[in-house]
Amino acid sequence: MIVAGVDVGSTATKAVVMDENLRVLGRGLVPTGANVTRAAERVFAVAIAEAGLNDCDVSYIVGTGYGRYKVSFGHAQITEISCHARGAAFLFPETRTIVDIGGQDTKAIRIAAGGEVLDFSMNDKCAAGTGRFLESAAQVMGIELEELGPLSLASRLPLKITNVCTVFVETEIMSHLARGKKPEDILRGVHNSIASRTMALLRRVGIEEAVTFTGGVARNGGIVEALEERLGVKLRLSPDSQFIGALGAALFALERSNALGTQPLHAAEQRG
Amino acid sequence: MGRIVAGIDVGSRMTKALLLEEDGAGTGFGAILARASTVTGAWFARAAETAFAQALAQAGLAREQVAYVVSTGYGRTQVPFRDLQLTEITSHATGAVRLFPLTRTVLDVGAQNARAIQVTEEGRVKSFRMNDKCASGTGRFLERVARALEVELDEIGPLSLRSREPRQISSICAVLAESEVINLVTQDAPIEDILRGTHLSISERLMGLVRQVGVRPEVTLTGGVTKNPGLVKALEERLGLPLNVCADSEYAGTLGAALLGFVRLRKKEKETAA
Repeated sequence: MIVAGVDVGSTATKAVVMDENLRVLGRGLVPTGANVTRAAERVFAVAIAEAGLNDCDVSYIVGTGYGRYKVSFGHAQITEISCHARGAAFLFPETRTIVDIGGQDTKAIRIAAGGEVLDFSMNDKCAAGTGRFLESAAQVMGIELEELGPLSLASRLPLKITNVCTVFVETEIMSHLARGKKPEDILRGVHNSIASRTMALLRRVGIEEAVTFTGGVARNGGIVEALEERLGVKLRLSPDSQFIGALGAALFALERSNALGTQPLHAAEQRG
Repeated sequence: MGRIVAGIDVGSRMTKALLLEEDGAGTGFGAILARASTVTGAWFARAAETAFAQALAQAGLAREQVAYVVSTGYGRTQVPFRDLQLTEITSHATGAVRLFPLTRTVLDVGAQNARAIQVTEEGRVKSFRMNDKCASGTGRFLERVARALEVELDEIGPLSLRSREPRQISSICAVLAESEVINLVTQDAPIEDILRGTHLSISERLMGLVRQVGVRPEVTLTGGVTKNPGLVKALEERLGLPLNVCADSEYAGTLGAALLGFVRLRKKEKETAA
């Protein structure tokens, strides 16, 4: 039996194709862009191609993330809270707290053993402390997103970023640059600012070890270090942090398809 | 020629300078000799210098002919040639009352700040509330949306007025609103409807600020957004009141600063004479 999870985030759309032995057969990642439905279709095509399968081989598909209702070929939609919890608990069973930082929102989730969600808190009203905040800093400084973290770690005298608002921080960064401040010191300040906002969310749900970091921003070593400094513990990190939501969705798909005993359906029928 | 005072308002986006000449009666309610504005950029002192020099050139005056310089606004502490600095609360309230003497409520909306000020019948500041923490409900919000839609900032207001079916913008955050606007464009929503929705959304936030100090007519709008007819209309609808706006509304801060400069100058002279 083959299942899939499709996680439509605000910035990137991810897919994981899995078999009944919990083996990941294929993955895909595409930028979400403006056409959310197409992004979901494309990422699914990428993942099944990587698995060497056809779409008719996949019995059950779960959509998650901000655009989960745009996964036109999905059998069910599950919130990204539940999927991240499920995915994180699968990779790191000792996980009790999850920090998920995505493109447009940041979440703190507390879970029980096994991945059941006990409590969560999220910021989706304001871009401060999200991936968007980092993106805009990168843009203003003319630095690639991937370089932000490593560069920030080279800082010796971090600057304090006083604004919270992403828009105002852009101006603040520009004035620091105009005054000849070092990019790494500015960036370390930016990373510290995100870490502080994330800590506030985490404290709201309560922090219990182990803490797992998921979402696209978990690839940024600067944020990892800034968060670990504040937490006082090491974060559980997967090189596949961006796929954890899709992985959780695939695990739910497997559970549901087993329960339902679903037979492979032809994709054309599903889409029709 | 009466004495001349300069008001310099260093805003987060634009720096404005105004030269005011004292009238014969020495009331300070004299004539505006020049107004100039320049983009602030990262160097406040340089922007202040540029705006001041432009105003002087416009009036055909030398620097020595200016008796007193008052700075105000976001970058007021970084104007090296100032004689006095005043908060933008005081200067905008004074300028608004000078332009519209029946003003009881001032709403000043700049690029990065919005302030609601309640003034007494004598034109003094009674209370105020401000938003300088978040770009929602400021000029920056409009700028971001204009950029996302690839429309010039001075076109968004007139365009928004053509809307028949405003599209609601649900994001409060300027950055998230940008993505929302781009999504609306891909859904083929007309630009004027998106813009109208944007202006209504900002008006809603500004109303929240005004309600905190209380709405007392007349209400005077100041700051750069006074040049945007779409925002003026959206705000008037939300307020249920007409707003006082004139060509000099953008210069209200500099005017107030210059007027208060005269007050200070006369006080100083009295002290010296005594």
